Amino acid sequence: MKNEQGHHKTGKKYGMVIDLDKCTGCGACMVACMAENNVPFKEDETNKLDNIMWMRVYRMSNGKPFPDADICYIPRPCMHCEAKHGHSPCVSVCPATATDYSHETGIVSQIYTRCFGCRYCMAACPYHARYFNWWDPVWPEGMKNYLSPDVSPRMRGVVEKCSFCFHRYQLAKDKALTAGHREIEESAYQTACTQACPAGAITFGDLDNPKHAVYKLKHDPRAFRLLERLGTNPKVYYVTDREWVRWMADNYQDQEQKAKG
Amino acid sequence: MDGKGQESGPRGILVLYFFIGFTISVIIGWIIFPKLLYSQKKQPIDFNHALHVESVAEGCESCHFFREDGSFSGIPKLAQCIECHESAMGENPEEAKFVEEYVAKGIEVPWLSYSRQPDCVFFSHAAHIKMAELECKICHGPIGESEHSRIYEENRLTGYSRDIWGKNIAGIKQNSWDRMKMDDCAECHADMGGGRKDACFVCHK
Repeated sequence: MKNEQGHHKTGKKYGMVIDLDKCTGCGACMVACMAENNVPFKEDETNKLDNIMWMRVYRMSNGKPFPDADICYIPRPCMHCEAKHGHSPCVSVCPATATDYSHETGIVSQIYTRCFGCRYCMAACPYHARYFNWWDPVWPEGMKNYLSPDVSPRMRGVVEKCSFCFHRYQLAKDKALTAGHREIEESAYQTACTQACPAGAITFGDLDNPKHAVYKLKHDPRAFRLLERLGTNPKVYYVTDREWVRWMADNYQDQEQKAKG
Repeated sequence: MDGKGQESGPRGILVLYFFIGFTISVIIGWIIFPKLLYSQKKQPIDFNHALHVESVAEGCESCHFFREDGSFSGIPKLAQCIECHESAMGENPEEAKFVEEYVAKGIEVPWLSYSRQPDCVFFSHAAHIKMAELECKICHGPIGESEHSRIYEENRLTGYSRDIWGKNIAGIKQNSWDRMKMDDCAECHADMGGGRKDACFVCHK
């Protein structure tokens, strides 16, 4: 953390820009994510307090009656926060060092074998991006054979969350090294949700690399981040034309709106 | 005088009992338990590395190669063996057995992998061989010089190969390839990076 500045020069900062005006709320990203990352599920997933979804699409409404009613879908992966003082809310509270912030990629890891399930990180995360395994995964018959070998399945009693498909980064790196170079191309490392989105609402890449699409998109004046006021410095940006969405995404209260005019 | 002698008698017996118990515990813990803990399995074919290394052009990478996507092939599949061994090349009975039982029937050889890491470990051969330019030997030992496949020992509790924990039950290692535990990876990584802490996610998945 002390030599954070030094790391910044060589390190990458992977992040996402999600265009909320393109998102139709279809949920393809959620499905792709679960399949890619061996996310366990139960027969009855109606109780959202105990299910697991690394990428979750929330529905927001402006609460106005017809004809002003409007709905916005917000896909919410892990924000991979990098707060100014050098740590993310979850990383700083973990008593087991089971989660850490990588200065190489800007990705917040989750080490399942190290986690002992105290769930302090879940309490610390302002985005509800972390989930607890209340049970051992039970796969429908035959599905075990379709699990991804690149992602280890989790056991009961540990916390898990979106990793920006870190295994894909590892594989892309291996491919680059075998081909004799160290640089990973933008297209070589993309998350499952990015590729699954039929509307092309999600863009993924290195936020610090001017050659990557996200670099330009994050500088869009319409871009914002969730609960930006908390100072968590998330790496997931959202873009929308709708002012009420921006307003709600930072949890501004009505009286503030009035004060602002 | 008499009183003293009576006192040292029971004490002597206690000490003796302690040492008998201690010796039994040590024997059980250090000799019998490790024997019971590991089951011994023979490789399906007794493979001669030395002979193969002699007759191939590119050393280890002739058979244990990198695929185009950057992944490492590990133990060769039957398809690679068949490139040379469509029919027996020599007169070795093990080769004859290999051709008869596997090549002729088109069945993959169920090799036992000595250095298979647990499911939660991501190991990149590319990073170690291509980037860091390490020799295979540093982790795998002089296996290329072996003339016979050694016995594969499997931990009955965990299912992991003994090569991971190492032969020495006390965990004492003389060579860099004696063990393959996290500490052994970390030892080298700390040396290379000048004490820099690597992110956990680099090896854990």
